[in-house]
Amino acid sequence: MRIAVCVKRVPDMELRFSIAPDRKSLDPAGLKYDLSDFDGYALEVALRLVEQRGQGEVVAISLGPDDVQETLRKALSMGATRAVQLKADAVPADGMATARALAAELGEGGYDLILFGRMATDTAHQTVGPMTAQLLGLPCVTAITHLDLADGRGTARRALEGAVETVTFPLPAVLTIDEGIARPRLPSLKGIMAAKKKTVEVKPARLGEARLTIQSMELPPDRPPGRIIGEGPDAVPELVRLLQTEAKVL
Amino acid sequence: MADVFAFAETRAGELRKVAREVVTAARQAADATGGGEVHALLVGAPGIGAHAEPLGRHGADRVVVVEHPALERYSSEVVAATAAAVIRAGGYRAAFFSASAQGRDLAPRVAAALEVSMASDLVAFSFEGDALVGRHPTHTGKVITTVRLAGAPAVATLRPGAVTPAEQPRTPRVESAAPALAPEAARVVVTEVAAKSATRLDLGEAPVIVSGGRGLKEAANFRLLEELADAFGNAAVGATRAVTDDGWRDPSDQIGQTGRVVSPELYLAVGISGAIQHIAGMRTSKTIVAINKDKDAPIFKVADYGIVGDLFEIVPRLTEEIRKVRAER
Repeated sequence: MRIAVCVKRVPDMELRFSIAPDRKSLDPAGLKYDLSDFDGYALEVALRLVEQRGQGEVVAISLGPDDVQETLRKALSMGATRAVQLKADAVPADGMATARALAAELGEGGYDLILFGRMATDTAHQTVGPMTAQLLGLPCVTAITHLDLADGRGTARRALEGAVETVTFPLPAVLTIDEGIARPRLPSLKGIMAAKKKTVEVKPARLGEARLTIQSMELPPDRPPGRIIGEGPDAVPELVRLLQTEAKVL
Repeated sequence: MADVFAFAETRAGELRKVAREVVTAARQAADATGGGEVHALLVGAPGIGAHAEPLGRHGADRVVVVEHPALERYSSEVVAATAAAVIRAGGYRAAFFSASAQGRDLAPRVAAALEVSMASDLVAFSFEGDALVGRHPTHTGKVITTVRLAGAPAVATLRPGAVTPAEQPRTPRVESAAPALAPEAARVVVTEVAAKSATRLDLGEAPVIVSGGRGLKEAANFRLLEELADAFGNAAVGATRAVTDDGWRDPSDQIGQTGRVVSPELYLAVGISGAIQHIAGMRTSKTIVAINKDKDAPIFKVADYGIVGDLFEIVPRLTEEIRKVRAER
């Protein structure tokens, strides 16, 4: 089984962000970067599928400048067989441009499965996976929380608002992976050593025209400071009064 | 003057609230760009066309109805092909979908089929020259990114709840059409849709959310929050990632950076310390109440009202008081 996992390098979301002087990017000072959370789940799903079958390969693919090699190294140290960088000056804001470049690469790969995280935790567009599937003409199921494969077909579950949908599909297919499906492993020492011997293949990204651009970025306004109204159950009547008369939400 | 397309989302034969939001937004967009028409698309099992009337009430001038017995459940391939065909034929200025589970699945396929780009999860939008300019919360809600989407049609998804459905009644022209892809040819098939709870509102739709963290000590104690939610009568129960990771609650109940992002009228955080991961999912709630034993817990920094103390004493008392308030109505 051949599985491609498309991964993105994103800033660590736990950090405090500030906006750069150009008013349309993050100030890079103090930022740390890692594999996007959902891409970690996708990678874990791929590694387990290949391990269960005792054969196959997992190819990690990332689009961007040379710093994405760090993210690809992490994927290799977790157990990916090989890695491909689609080299570009920057990751375009336009998901369709990224999807075109990925489709150009993946279409030639003969993959049984192409996995994405449900979304990148930074830009949160949630578009590249299904766009890539559409460009490749492949079946696609998004935001899955469960996956079974047997006899060239898959069954997946996805969460809707207030319901869970069960979906069947044939392989090859494109899937985007939601949280809760598999907790990603940490790179082992053995994995880190093995990754050092692997090379990251570098190819030019065949990006299309970008029609979605970032005009500006800003930090959302802080919430007005709240107050602690009391201690213990005796504070409850005052809370209820404030919710009725001040917040007017009861 | 140009027309605007709106995808009217349904599930199990019912029109979803987000459909009214999207039609309302399309009406606003058409009016802002010179007063063109709003064309809505309804796809479902025979009978789905009955929802054309409420769409007209929110400003749709024309409703395209695609009915087929196999479309009782959402079919990503059939609906995407059909929406793309309607949009291609209509020459629209913009095409709006909800950033719901269905809309997020559908809109990128439609954009790719039309070979255009798209903007996601907008909370506000305007038109500047030939571009759609929209505001999109990114970086787990810690940054607001304003994006500029050039060209037509401008495909976009709108964050559920960001647009308030408004009425601008008209009597729409209703036209039926065939699916652009035969449902029998679909490769991806939904075989089951299981509702999580028949009685409880969804996190995205409930005006009140009662949410619990590790402070509840064990899964069974969520009964206290269920009782509080019942007392409100219009509440859903959410949880932190720590709680869903431990299997105390279903993963789909998780509110936060990697779970659901919610903005209810009232959010009650019970036994939740307030990790950034959680705050990212609820900071835009209108009013936030925190109940926590640690007065230094970060949750009190985002809460409008806080009570410090033992939740096992405070929550039952709150349930009792809310019951009283509701009984007085």
